[in-house]
Amino acid sequence: MDLTTFLIQCLNALQYGLLLFLVASGLTLIFGIMGVINLAHGSFYMIGAYMAYALAPIVGGTFSGGFFATLAVGLVLAVLLGYVLEWAFFSFLYERDHLQQVLMTYGLILVFEELRSLLVGDDVHGVQAPDFLAGTLPLGELMTYPVYRLFISGVCLVLALAMYFVFTRTRLGMMIRAGSANREMVQSLGIDIKFLYRVVFAAGVAIAVFAGMIAAPVSSVYPGMGNTVLIICFVVVVIGGIGSIRGALLAALLIGVVDTFGKVLLPQASGVLVYVLMALILLVKPDGLFKAG
Amino acid sequence: MSSSHKTLISRAVATLALSALSALPTLAQGLPKLKVGLMLPYTGTYAALGNAIENGFRLHIAEQGGKLGGREIEFVKVDDESDPSKATDNVNKLIKRDNVDVLIGSVHSGVAMAMAKVAKDTGTVLIVPNAGADAVTGPMCASNIFRSSFSNWQPGYAMGEVVAKKGHKKVVTITWKYAAGDESIRGFKESFEKGGGKVVKELNLPFPNVEFQALLTEIAAAKPDAVYTFFAGGGAVKFVKDYAAAGLKKTIPLYGAGFLTDGTLDAQGADAADLLTTLHYADSLNTPRDNAFRLSYAKAYKLQPDVYAVQGYDAAQMLAVGLAAVKGDIGKKAEFTTAIEKAKIDSPRGPFTLSRSHNPVQDIYLRQVGGKENKLASIASKALADPGRGCRL
Repeated sequence: MDLTTFLIQCLNALQYGLLLFLVASGLTLIFGIMGVINLAHGSFYMIGAYMAYALAPIVGGTFSGGFFATLAVGLVLAVLLGYVLEWAFFSFLYERDHLQQVLMTYGLILVFEELRSLLVGDDVHGVQAPDFLAGTLPLGELMTYPVYRLFISGVCLVLALAMYFVFTRTRLGMMIRAGSANREMVQSLGIDIKFLYRVVFAAGVAIAVFAGMIAAPVSSVYPGMGNTVLIICFVVVVIGGIGSIRGALLAALLIGVVDTFGKVLLPQASGVLVYVLMALILLVKPDGLFKAG
Repeated sequence: MSSSHKTLISRAVATLALSALSALPTLAQGLPKLKVGLMLPYTGTYAALGNAIENGFRLHIAEQGGKLGGREIEFVKVDDESDPSKATDNVNKLIKRDNVDVLIGSVHSGVAMAMAKVAKDTGTVLIVPNAGADAVTGPMCASNIFRSSFSNWQPGYAMGEVVAKKGHKKVVTITWKYAAGDESIRGFKESFEKGGGKVVKELNLPFPNVEFQALLTEIAAAKPDAVYTFFAGGGAVKFVKDYAAAGLKKTIPLYGAGFLTDGTLDAQGADAADLLTTLHYADSLNTPRDNAFRLSYAKAYKLQPDVYAVQGYDAAQMLAVGLAAVKGDIGKKAEFTTAIEKAKIDSPRGPFTLSRSHNPVQDIYLRQVGGKENKLASIASKALADPGRGCRL
């Protein structure tokens, strides 16, 4: 592997890892703070991708043409969806055991899949990236890198930093962290924990939906796409340490590297390498890389 | 007797009479409905393919007035999720619990192989309407197993000849690491290397993984004359889009087995323009038979048919031929099988017969993407028969 190829593979790994982080961050937040195992989290990613396909014609003609308008409207809808879901379903799950949470959120997956099938059908759809982000960046002879993938990496990186900042450096982040450690204590200090949880949940949903929207042009839009991403996101959460944003970022990047270079250097084993990585890390650190709280 | 009792009795009599009436046609025929088990993917990356197959299958039965060999058809459907690990359970349920007379399925080769194994053991008639696993009409072949589609070897072999004739010497192949992909690549390699070319690198990734970016970078680094690929369904959409997005479409020509651009063109859009693929069907054959089929399919489903619809349609045609020969009594296995073996199936793709191992002997077309169609460019290989290696029939 020459240097250019190696560098491009690093970009590939970074892009995949960062996108993975974006989806997994909501999962680990909801798991770490509210203690809810949310199997339906992958469905939010799928909903995002289908929004890029189905919402764009309503908002801006195409996803390509109405890129920012679609993203904005999609985000508003996602926050609303998260808020309503938390109020209607998840707020009842905090005190329940994990088995009940798994059953309930699994049921939600089925509901979302059926709704998706009813509303937009079972076909695979392609979504065009916006024109100003189309094209490739030349990196040496014959070697190029798609601009849109760079854009994804950039956006994810900014969001990751923003999330980290909010979580560790702001009053809101402090309240959230305190709420995950001792719900009653925070409540007795006069903080509306119910509202706080609702905000965190809605944010988690919105981030996953957003990831689905921006990933649509590179992943295409297809039934069941949420479940594929859910499994790998659980690996991210487990490796990173439940509830840890920093852990999730590191784990997602690790998986990006292992997956990308595994495919190229060890193609026969590439399907299992990520799980081998998970097993090895859990052997050394049973609670994941960073244990939150 | 009170009036309410009278009404009750007269109602009961009326109900009895009605049920007797409705039972009459069955009594007259002496045959119950024929139970057809459809084991197809209705979710996941192959969902659209499963639906097209079912549409095609139902269309032929509708054209026959809802009956084959004098028997009405009852469907039992199972979503196989393209998951080989669930296949044996699913097929056993269809045979043992639902008592189906015929099995139709599936799209994924791994699932079809599990079905073939159970069909062979139990003697249940199986018609494979898509999965091209060479083994189904190779080592696993049986007198009760038929295929209405193709073997993976066929389009690959035909494309190998085409690419060699174009003068390409160095080719990289890329596919999912599973039976269908491996076999398509093997067929391609066989004829391409016979024609003087060399496959310099064989890339693959696990099914149904669609993160191609790392492998596309490898292709760019290897700088081959051309790329041959096998992908289908959602994966095919993504691959064609990623190939173009990586800037490779302009520099390295891409060739594929036809599934790359069949049923996927709407989603691929401009990224698929001009791609060359080989398959046993094209969208503009423009024969009277095909035109009639396309018109009736479009009327029935408000959709344009694709190769999967044709394969489903022909599976029903093959079943019809067999059932007609035994007057609906599918228990007469030998006569049923002989009838299909001797038949010339009047397919929309052009008439075909079955090889010794029950795989279609058919023309493989070279098609070029133009607009939303896979247009006929030429015949890549005339009456190409799968070698049926390992089959003892």
